[in-house]
Amino acid sequence: MHIPDGYLGPTTFIVMYLIMIPIWLYAGYWVQKSLRSRQVPYLALGAAFSFVIMMFNVPVPGGSSGHAVGSALVGIVLGPWAAVVTTSCALLIQCLIFGDGGVTAFGANCFNMGTVIPFVGYYTYKLISGKSEITSNLRIAAAGIGGYLGLAVASGVAGFEMGIQPILEHTASGTPLYMPYGLNVTVPAMLIDHMGFFCWVELIITALGFAYIAKNSPEVIFDYKPDTAKKPDVSKGVPAL
Amino acid sequence: MMSFKNMDKTFRVLIYAMIALVILVPIGLIATGTAYGEWGPDELQQAVGYVPAGLQQLNGLWSAPLQDYGLPGQGDTLPEQTPGYYVSAIVGCVVVGGVAYLLGKTIIKRND
Repeated sequence: MHIPDGYLGPTTFIVMYLIMIPIWLYAGYWVQKSLRSRQVPYLALGAAFSFVIMMFNVPVPGGSSGHAVGSALVGIVLGPWAAVVTTSCALLIQCLIFGDGGVTAFGANCFNMGTVIPFVGYYTYKLISGKSEITSNLRIAAAGIGGYLGLAVASGVAGFEMGIQPILEHTASGTPLYMPYGLNVTVPAMLIDHMGFFCWVELIITALGFAYIAKNSPEVIFDYKPDTAKKPDVSKGVPAL
Repeated sequence: MMSFKNMDKTFRVLIYAMIALVILVPIGLIATGTAYGEWGPDELQQAVGYVPAGLQQLNGLWSAPLQDYGLPGQGDTLPEQTPGYYVSAIVGCVVVGGVAYLLGKTIIKRND
């Protein structure tokens, strides 16, 4: 889903950068406000995990290939805004060092993979899991379905961005200047490849990763609240102002 | 107070899982097809019969040091690609993790 340079025209890639600027700023603010310093190693791990999981290309019958992204898992564990930060880090390095994803399309890629996946993933997970126990099977299934849907929606959004190019950017005679295929081709192609194959990988890694963390260290999960009411810590006396 | 004694152990196990992923990373080389919408100009030429002018212009705007997760000048067989893929996975994990760590350290001040 890494859109390369040349597939999106200037109108689209500039708009996508403009959309991402406030998202990046708010994500940074949220991370500062909501995460604690002991979660920084998890932030780094989440970013590196996204990077490496994207190297596991899955072949698709018909000659194409693709991969999971891992940002739904980060979104559920550290919060969707934190996943914006970790996935954007991975995408930046992929773009600059490995030529995966265009420099001009960086904003669009951060929107599709770094924003749509964790938000759709997290809210799907939250909706399905409700008030169930942190280690319940329902919650593990919810995480998996969140991963599946997050990647599916993101692939449709990426397909849409590419598919509107022949309408937006063409020569006087109508020849496309960038992505030559229209919406009727790009959206179904992206959805079929992802929903048929890569979303299943996203489902499995999100469910497994979530199950492991929820069972062993639920306190890492950003919105986890223990069942027993938190006792005030009297040993430290009056809280510092 | 919430207990954080498991946190270090969980983190260690997750690091081992990451190392396992890096060791297994050549599996990702088995899929040789180009992802949808990521074709090079030559592939587009074959598919639609021309290379869109704007695409031609923007294509190759940036030259990456480890283009396509490989070493410069490597062959295109699986054994020839594997070392470069390993180098890419290790460099990528360290740099991506490092950037996220430094960013986190810089902006996160809460210690509660």
